[in-house]
Amino acid sequence: MRYVDEFREPARLRAAVEALHRVTTRPWTIMEICGGQTHAIARWSLETRLPKGLTLVHGPGCPVCVTPVEVIEHARRLAIDASVLLCTFGDMMRVPGTGGDLLAARAAGADVRVVISPLDAVELARARPDATVVFFGVGFETTAPTVALAIEAAHRLRLPNFAVLAAHVRVPPAMAMILDAPDNAVQAFLAAGHVCTVEGTAAYPELVRRFEVPMVVTGFEPLDLLEGLRRAVLQLEAGRADLEIQYERAVRPEGNPLARAAVERVFEVTDRRWRGLGVVPEGGLRVREAFARYDAEHRFGRPPAHVEEPGACRAADVLRGRLHPTSCPEFGRGCTPERPLGAPMVSSEGACAAYYHHRRIQRHP
Amino acid sequence: MSDPIELSCPSPSTGYERVVLAHGAGGRVMQRLITDLFIAAFDTPQLHRGHDGATVELSPPIAVTTDAFTVTPRFFPGGDIGSLAVYGTVNDVAMCGARPAVLTAAFILEEGLPLPELRRIVESMAAAARRCGVRIVTGDTKVVEHGQGDGVYVTTTGMGTVVAKAAIEPASVRPGDAVLVSGPVGDHGIAVLAAREGIEIETALRSDAGPVHEAVLALLQADLSVHCLRDPTRGGLASALGEVAQSGGHGVRIDEASVPVRPEVADACELLGLDPLRAACEGRFVAWLPARHAARAIEILQASGCERATTIGEITSEHSGVVVLRDGAGGERILDMLAGEQWPRIC
Amino acid sequence: MCLAVPGQIVTRYEGTAGLPFGKVRFGSVAREVCLAYTPDAEENDFVIVHAGFAIQVLDQEAARRTLALLSEADPS
Repeated sequence: MRYVDEFREPARLRAAVEALHRVTTRPWTIMEICGGQTHAIARWSLETRLPKGLTLVHGPGCPVCVTPVEVIEHARRLAIDASVLLCTFGDMMRVPGTGGDLLAARAAGADVRVVISPLDAVELARARPDATVVFFGVGFETTAPTVALAIEAAHRLRLPNFAVLAAHVRVPPAMAMILDAPDNAVQAFLAAGHVCTVEGTAAYPELVRRFEVPMVVTGFEPLDLLEGLRRAVLQLEAGRADLEIQYERAVRPEGNPLARAAVERVFEVTDRRWRGLGVVPEGGLRVREAFARYDAEHRFGRPPAHVEEPGACRAADVLRGRLHPTSCPEFGRGCTPERPLGAPMVSSEGACAAYYHHRRIQRHP
Repeated sequence: MSDPIELSCPSPSTGYERVVLAHGAGGRVMQRLITDLFIAAFDTPQLHRGHDGATVELSPPIAVTTDAFTVTPRFFPGGDIGSLAVYGTVNDVAMCGARPAVLTAAFILEEGLPLPELRRIVESMAAAARRCGVRIVTGDTKVVEHGQGDGVYVTTTGMGTVVAKAAIEPASVRPGDAVLVSGPVGDHGIAVLAAREGIEIETALRSDAGPVHEAVLALLQADLSVHCLRDPTRGGLASALGEVAQSGGHGVRIDEASVPVRPEVADACELLGLDPLRAACEGRFVAWLPARHAARAIEILQASGCERATTIGEITSEHSGVVVLRDGAGGERILDMLAGEQWPRIC
Repeated sequence: MCLAVPGQIVTRYEGTAGLPFGKVRFGSVAREVCLAYTPDAEENDFVIVHAGFAIQVLDQEAARRTLALLSEADPS
């Protein structure tokens, strides 16, 4: 596949690894905050090729994992309502809420459909005037524009039977929260490439200035990640703290203004609870009043009350980069993807699950 | 069988468009269905005898295997639940080192299933059986109430005479053995997922469902000390390798670049965030045999129609039960079995 | 998070709710993609596709620069 394969080419990767080794003379701790990057790092075994002393930590970059259990439960309850057709991205099918997951609901007779695009859910609403189609909207700023356009399309088509259960989250506030913690060890960030494709880089200069941390907007192929790390290390070694764009082919400083404008029209910023992190101020999006009839919370009520998750899950430490997944005592023992104790083991993009699926033999419990 | 007196009957045995409960009730309506549909299509001497069971002549040792088929959608690019029910069991018999000879077929039909659809499925099974040279010798029909089944479930049991000279099983696998695959992986799983979830991709995504027994028998007849055979169905190649590794107590090292994957499958997986190594195949098998026989085995497989048969890795005494994947740039990682099915993702 | 894949626009047409769509080719497969957020993208352009939407036109020159970078890496 063009513009993919070239960035995975083994000879280039070897050269990029060597380049990273050449510039690293001291220990550094760098965080990435994108499940896609977590997944790629694990898939391409990049951590095994890092210079000694370069520590990569994985932040809360998985919107699936950070969706609170009570929101998932809300979606599940809507699904089992006989008049509702629940549409969801595949990512959410096997994430358990307090009452089980959507796959189990489907097995029990609920109409749950996996879609690739939110517009598929709009088409379904048009085809099924007898049912109410609810789309479960998860994802970061990358995904919010697609859902915004789905709501506007439903509005244009005057569909009375389409609504979105909005659970979108915003990345920069979570980054600020992590950097602001008194015991923060993160010295640089790889900023999430596709979030920036939409948002641009406007949110970052202030973070760079306030916390004096280098930020490199990085892509998802192994070559991108190695190069992003190299640039971050170069800054750290030189005592600099700047914003850079590594993922130039997909990121412009202004992002995609059309996409942002659509989000601005349909959604508004709100405080939002992230599973494993707690309430993140301005960490989410909710549907604006003007589009209330397309807001599932408006039509069907708010999610059940938040439930504090008991147990041995160390999500808070993992997501803040204080604990490496493979160092958690429960990793691979009491906590596996089949029986996850908490958020980061839940989807294959979660920090713990990504390590579990692609773990190396040395760390095999 | 027919009684020439036409009684006034509230359930006429002809003229149905859909399956009704009477089709499973054991009376005239059911008999008509069995005769006109199943027996007519499968057309074997045993079935024509009209008895509840069948007698077959098979030389021992006999391999027997059974499988239930519940695939949705029932019709998918490259096959249907009927042909799958034949090929799946034929292949499982072959995985025991045996030549498949006879099948049984049990149907659980949901009230309301359109009869023309059932006819298509049954005729597809009959064609698949003919293609494989196996006979469907006995069967069963049950009907469940609407809402209690998913249209149709088919269970097939297969039997055949074992031709392999040594036990074909995980315990026979030895460190140093080569691991071969008969062709590209992931076709069936990805094609069915796309069809089931209504994911429209404009491409030739087709199930690879088909019989592998001729290729297996060619391998066995060449006396190459085949140690184990497994078809990578649910869970794909990862599960086939992992299950055999766990049962056999050995480790596996696979060269990722050598695993054949068709471009359409690889690209669809990239697009949907799926892993072809974890997607089901229904017309492929994995073979474990001594490394010195690998080259000859590949020749035989390719001559038997498995054009992309190739060696993908080797067996080790280290990391028992674990499959390790080597990538092109010197990295290694564990290839896990999936907990459940894969789903397309956007994250 | 944010699986997005580059693909090449083959044709453009009008789709759901009058929105601009395109048939986009990803290697050997093709799929319909909403082009509402890349209105200036033309046939044969490459776009980055997420959740059935093109979210940006891929800058091919920038891609070339990124690939060429290694031969000029800092001799630190």
